[in-house]
Amino acid sequence: MTLLDVSQVSKSFPGVRALDQVRLEVGRGEAHALLGENGAGKSTLIKILSAAHAPDEGAITFDGQPLDPRDTPLRRQQLGIATIYQEFNLFPELSVAENIYLGREPKRLGLIDWRRLRADAAALLDELGLPLDPDEPVRRLTVAEQQMVEIAKAMTLNARLIIMDEPTAALSSREVDRLHAIIADLKARGVSVIYVTHRLTEVKAMCDRYTVMRDGRYVATGEVREVDVSDMVRLMVGRHVEFVRRARVGSPGPVVLKVEAVTPRHARLATPGYLKNISLEVRAGEIVGLAGLVGAGRTDLARLIFGADALASGTVRLDDRPLKLRSPRDAIQAGVMLVPEDRKQQGCFLDHSIRRNLSLPSLKRLSRLGQWVDEPAERDLVEVYRHKLRIKMASQETAIGALSGGNQQKVLLGRSMALAPRVLIVDEPTRGIDIGAKAEVHQVLTDLAVQGVAIVVISSELAEVMAVSDRIVVFREGAIVAELDAEATTEEGLMAYMATGAGRPSPSGMKQRPS
Amino acid sequence: MNTSPTLSPNPAIERAAPPPRRFNLLASARKHRTLLFLLLLIAVFGTLNERFLTIRNALNILSEVSIYGIIAVGMTYVILIGGIDVAVGSLLALASISAAYVVTALVGDTPLNWLIALTISSLVGLAGGFVQGKAVTWLKVPAFIVTLGGMTVWRGATLLLNDGGPISDFDAAYRWWGRGDILFVPVPVVVFALVAALGHVVLRYTRYGRQVYAVGGNAEAARLSGVNVDFIVTSVYAVIGALAGLSGFLLSARLGSSEAVAGTGYELRVIASVVIGGASLTGGVGGVGGTILGALLIGVLSNGLVIMHVTSYFQQVVIGLIIVAAVAFDHYARTHKV
Repeated sequence: MTLLDVSQVSKSFPGVRALDQVRLEVGRGEAHALLGENGAGKSTLIKILSAAHAPDEGAITFDGQPLDPRDTPLRRQQLGIATIYQEFNLFPELSVAENIYLGREPKRLGLIDWRRLRADAAALLDELGLPLDPDEPVRRLTVAEQQMVEIAKAMTLNARLIIMDEPTAALSSREVDRLHAIIADLKARGVSVIYVTHRLTEVKAMCDRYTVMRDGRYVATGEVREVDVSDMVRLMVGRHVEFVRRARVGSPGPVVLKVEAVTPRHARLATPGYLKNISLEVRAGEIVGLAGLVGAGRTDLARLIFGADALASGTVRLDDRPLKLRSPRDAIQAGVMLVPEDRKQQGCFLDHSIRRNLSLPSLKRLSRLGQWVDEPAERDLVEVYRHKLRIKMASQETAIGALSGGNQQKVLLGRSMALAPRVLIVDEPTRGIDIGAKAEVHQVLTDLAVQGVAIVVISSELAEVMAVSDRIVVFREGAIVAELDAEATTEEGLMAYMATGAGRPSPSGMKQRPS
Repeated sequence: MNTSPTLSPNPAIERAAPPPRRFNLLASARKHRTLLFLLLLIAVFGTLNERFLTIRNALNILSEVSIYGIIAVGMTYVILIGGIDVAVGSLLALASISAAYVVTALVGDTPLNWLIALTISSLVGLAGGFVQGKAVTWLKVPAFIVTLGGMTVWRGATLLLNDGGPISDFDAAYRWWGRGDILFVPVPVVVFALVAALGHVVLRYTRYGRQVYAVGGNAEAARLSGVNVDFIVTSVYAVIGALAGLSGFLLSARLGSSEAVAGTGYELRVIASVVIGGASLTGGVGGVGGTILGALLIGVLSNGLVIMHVTSYFQQVVIGLIIVAAVAFDHYARTHKV
């Protein structure tokens, strides 16, 4: 039985036809995957469903009733369409219960009935099987728990359709499993879910049907069980793409980066033994992948090596010289670069031009007397990386915020490459970017390795770590649990280390570190 | 870096071509809104009163504007890094009265009194600003709180210095800095022009200027790009302090005396100049050119209202409203993409 029926919906923005005669049909109690590369129009469609945008043409029927295109987002919520965006709409200082009932608090004599608010929230969380404390301030929750709050909030609004935009992008695999259990429960209650994701194995695992979009157009709808992952990828990109394991390039050179027993001064997590005396070696021309679940300590280690966080003990050596790391400036001067995990928060100057974004750390070299910026030379530098990395931009003066995620990431890679680093650390280099751009980023990393750069890749995508690394170092709960030869490893083998800290009976090439 | 990566062609990430560029009157008007509004004001006042559009009055306005315009150049930097400084008026008074005190009470008559006063005034301002900058970077106290405290501390210190009384008796060379002219242009205007030009050039053409924008645009990204964020922040507060000191020297030369209440309310005029000039209070967006227009706009408005015999109380109302309107318009334009 159909709950949502979108037919022939189009939407244009100045200069771009974002949606062109799109359709989408979602049944009751169905988990429906909405697939497509970045820029395919998924976000625009979601925003039209939640009434953040009005369609230019087309009709949407929900529960047999045509939806008014002039609805406000609030009205759509009241009708039963809830949207959970990647960036949550939660108030960090308020408690779980307050967030769930925000604006709809139970009242007594015109004042908020705190006792009932708390009791209602506790009952709801209990019913949905969500392990949350109603009194906990939201800022203390993990991303996965905040997502649960959003789901609980949607349920109090009697949502019959919940749209989830890349709900698992920041979740560990255990948390993903829990989310899938929650979605299964929602389905059993007759709630429909539109699931937007780039992780196709998840679609295979928990969605009933899928709709694929490409370049703002509808491509196909079908039953998930009738296709496999590579079929879906083919529909999304219109051609066959997969991660090709790169061929190993000769034998790696001498050790460039040597991390010796480092411990952070302020551990981000209070787990005992978290990042104590970690050691790591990376050779010239070698790509070392750091695998692990979110929070396993990979990013924190990278920040230590880069001087972004302070060391309590241990040494970082470059070409056997110990580095004095008081700030990232020291690391950059020594030849260590980091492309940070969070593009928007830690990488981009969103209002500033691509040129200024790319050249910032290289300005010293580009300036006469170290201060007077040589703009022609700067433009040439940006032009070099625009071609080398195939960055799609109207002009160097375009604000970086106007680019797609993939192109932003390329600008940040260019920023690092322009310094000709000896060591390059990339943290989640392809998170949230489309498959085509992912392959290009992988190629860039491979080329850099060929040129002798020592590369560290942190990625939560197993397929990516496997495809791009020579050697994989597995982190679990702040410690290194294994070092594997990438060619002799399977995804299942890797997953086993990440989740349990112990491998399965291993093929040759794996060695387990004493912990 | 000499082997260029071989990347397979990838039509999927080709994006739609940008829309053809057309002349957009509205966008152009938005870009130059401060200038348009300034010209409109001049036209209105010029029509309403024949004494407004005279060279004499224009120079008068410029001299008036120059005193706080000098500080507004520094405030452009402060607001660009996402900071704020409400202590400039008090620091101006402290610097100016310290200099006057040294010159009149300690040094006595020398032909170089003005140079001593100029140096001391600027150095006191620099030191005060440096302390505030350090409080922001070391103690991690929000800039608004630091400078709000500074505002009271500096004013209190000023009153202590000479028991609240004014210091006058400056020689002619000293007063020349406030009342003299170079080729018919009042000296403060020349100083303002030099400061503004220098401020613009540093911001636009140097690495330091780029780093100022970077810190305001995204402090964490700036740090991870190797920018010494603490140095940029501290230096910016030190510089605006020095400019407040310089301005205090010029003001005392113009008035012929240093007063403990000098510079009261300047923080408002200075911040308003920057904001009306189009800078974003969240940092990373703005420039010296806009600030000059903003300062001129406030100067023309005050002068015009005075000439029209509008009470100074009403001026305050108008200037306050214009600040709010400017920011509201900015916000509207940003969210609606005019």
